[in-house]
Amino acid sequence: MKEVKEVKDGNARGSCGVHLGASLKTEQREHMTANWTIDGVREALAVKKFSARELAADFYQRIETQNPELNAFLTLSPERARRQTDRIDALVAEGKPLPPLAGVPVAVKDVISTRGIKTTCGSKILQNYVPPYDATAVERLEAAGAVILGKTNCDEFAMGSSNENSAYGPVKNPLARDRVPGGSSGGSAAVVAAGLAVASLGTDTGGSIRQPGSFCGIPAMMGSYGRVSRYGLIAFASSLDRIGPFATNVKDVAAILKVIAGRDPHDSTSTTAPVPDYRADLGKPVKGLRLGIPKEYFAEGMDVGVRKKIEAGIEVFKKLGCQLVDIRMQHTDYAIATYYIIATAEASSNLARYDGVRYGLRVDDDSLLAMYRKTRGAGFGAEVKRRIVLGTYVLSAGYYEAYYLKGQKVRSLIAQDFRDAFTKVDAILTPTSPVPPFKLGERTDDPLQMYLADIYTVTGSLAGVPGISVPCGKIDGKLPVGLQIFGAAFAEARVLQLAHAFEQAGGATV
Amino acid sequence: MKISREDVLRVAELAYLDLGEAELQTYRAQIDEILEYIGKLNELDTSKVEPMAQVLSDDQTADATLREDLIVPCAVAEDVLKHAPDPEPPYFRVPKVIER
Repeated sequence: MKEVKEVKDGNARGSCGVHLGASLKTEQREHMTANWTIDGVREALAVKKFSARELAADFYQRIETQNPELNAFLTLSPERARRQTDRIDALVAEGKPLPPLAGVPVAVKDVISTRGIKTTCGSKILQNYVPPYDATAVERLEAAGAVILGKTNCDEFAMGSSNENSAYGPVKNPLARDRVPGGSSGGSAAVVAAGLAVASLGTDTGGSIRQPGSFCGIPAMMGSYGRVSRYGLIAFASSLDRIGPFATNVKDVAAILKVIAGRDPHDSTSTTAPVPDYRADLGKPVKGLRLGIPKEYFAEGMDVGVRKKIEAGIEVFKKLGCQLVDIRMQHTDYAIATYYIIATAEASSNLARYDGVRYGLRVDDDSLLAMYRKTRGAGFGAEVKRRIVLGTYVLSAGYYEAYYLKGQKVRSLIAQDFRDAFTKVDAILTPTSPVPPFKLGERTDDPLQMYLADIYTVTGSLAGVPGISVPCGKIDGKLPVGLQIFGAAFAEARVLQLAHAFEQAGGATV
Repeated sequence: MKISREDVLRVAELAYLDLGEAELQTYRAQIDEILEYIGKLNELDTSKVEPMAQVLSDDQTADATLREDLIVPCAVAEDVLKHAPDPEPPYFRVPKVIER
C-alpha cells in the first residue's frame, strides 16, 4: 500500500488531492454489482475483499475525477474519513461484529453541521464557518459505522428547487449534464446517482429531498416531522425542516432512516415514538392495501411525459394487487401560497442570526447597524434576500393577520385533508414533480414559476407526514421521473414497504 | 399593486438588509407578483379555522417539553471564538454602540 498522504480536510473544488492510499484493484471492484449497497459493503468488508480504507480511497479517486464537472461536493473530509475507516478496519481485524453502516461511504448536505468540517449552507455568509459540534443525525451515522466523505452542494440555506441558488455554483445532473439535479439537496442526490457515495443525507422543507431524488433517479425520503432530530441542522423554516436519506435502493433508505431516527433531547420537536426496524416489513405483500389517487394532483400543468410514467407506475401497484381509490384533497391548490408565507416568515426570523458578530462574514463599518446591513446585504444571495423581504413583510404590523395568520389557518385545512384521506386509504400516490429535470438556467429569472413546481411536495411538508420519491421510469429513456408515496404521520414503515414493492416490481423501468 | 417601493424599503430596514437600487426594483416587482398569487387564499373562508400552531398532535409530542434542569459541561467557547469575524477572547468585538 502506498504511503498515506496527510491532507487537511478542505475544499472540493478543482483538484482535491485526496489520498487514503491504494484504492481498489479492478478485480476487487468487479466483485461488487453496479450499484454499491450497504449490505454489499458490509459483506465485502466482513470477508476482507477490501478494507474500509481502500473503499473510501476508491470513492475519493472517482470524486477527484468527476467532481470538477459535477460540482456536487463542496468540501471533502479525508482526515475524518480515515479516522473512521481505521476504526472499522480494526473491528474487522479483531473479528468484532460490524455496526449496521460499517464502512459505508456517505455524504452530508452542507446545511447539516459537522464538527471541524466547514459548513457553508451554500452561502457566502458562512463561507468560512466551521461548526464546533456535530448534528445528531451525523453523530448517529458515524456511530453506526458510516464514513463521511464530505459535504454536498445545495441551494443557499436550502432555498431553491434547482441547486442554482448556491453561492458556489450549480450542480450538474449526472444523468443529463445539461440539466439541474433538483434542489435544494441537489448535491446529495447527484453524488449518490453518480456513484460518488453509497448514500447521503439531505434536508426537505418543501420538497428538497424528494424532488432532487426524482430528478436524479434515486429513492429519497423525508420521514414524519419529529421523526429525525433537527439538532445541528442549520435552520431555514423550523416547523417544516426535516433531515432524510438518499440511497440507490429503498432497502438502504430504510436502513439509514432507522439509524438517524428517534428521540434526541437536543431537539424538543423530536418524538419519543419508538423507531421500528424499517427493513422488517420490506418484502411483505402489499396486496389489498388501499392507495389514494388524489384528483387534484393530476390536474393541468403536469408534463405529458411525467403523466404517462406516473400512470404506468400506478398500474404497477394495481398489478401488485393494491386497491386504487379516487380521493379528493380539496385544498391542494392553496398549498404553494401557504407554504411561501410560512416558510419565508420562519426564514426571515431564523436568518436574523447572521449579524457578522459571532460567525461568518463581516463587512466592517463604524456603526453597528450599518455593519449588520452591509454584512447581510453582501453575504446573502438573491433568493435568500427575496425570501427575507417577503417573510419580514408577511410578519410585519398590519399584514400579519392577512398573510401569516391566514397561512397558518389554511395549513390546518391542508393537514386536515391528509388526516381525512388516511381514514380511507393506507397511502397516497402522486407525482413528485410536475416536470422532469429542466435545463440549467432555464427558470432562474422567474421565482414564482420556480415555486409553482413544488406543488406536489409542499402539501406533505405542511401536513408533517412522511413521503418518499421512488424512480418511476425515464422519459425517452433519459429524463428520470419520480413517484411520490405519502403515508400517515409515523407510518414510515408502510411507505417504505410500498416503495420497496414498487422497486422490486420494476417500477424504475416503467 | 400589493407592495410599494416604500414597503420594500421599510421591510429591508426591519430586516437589516442593504439592498441596491436594482435589487430593490427587481424584488419589489417579483414579490408583488408572489403576493398577488398568495391572494388566492382569500377565496377560502377560514373564520372558523384554528391556525396550525404546531405540527405534532398532542399524542405525538415528545414527553419532554419540560426537562430536568441539568448542568452539562460545554467547553466550546474557545473554538467558537476562533471562528468569529473579530474575536477579542473572551469577547466578540463589535463597532462602538454607545456614544460618549
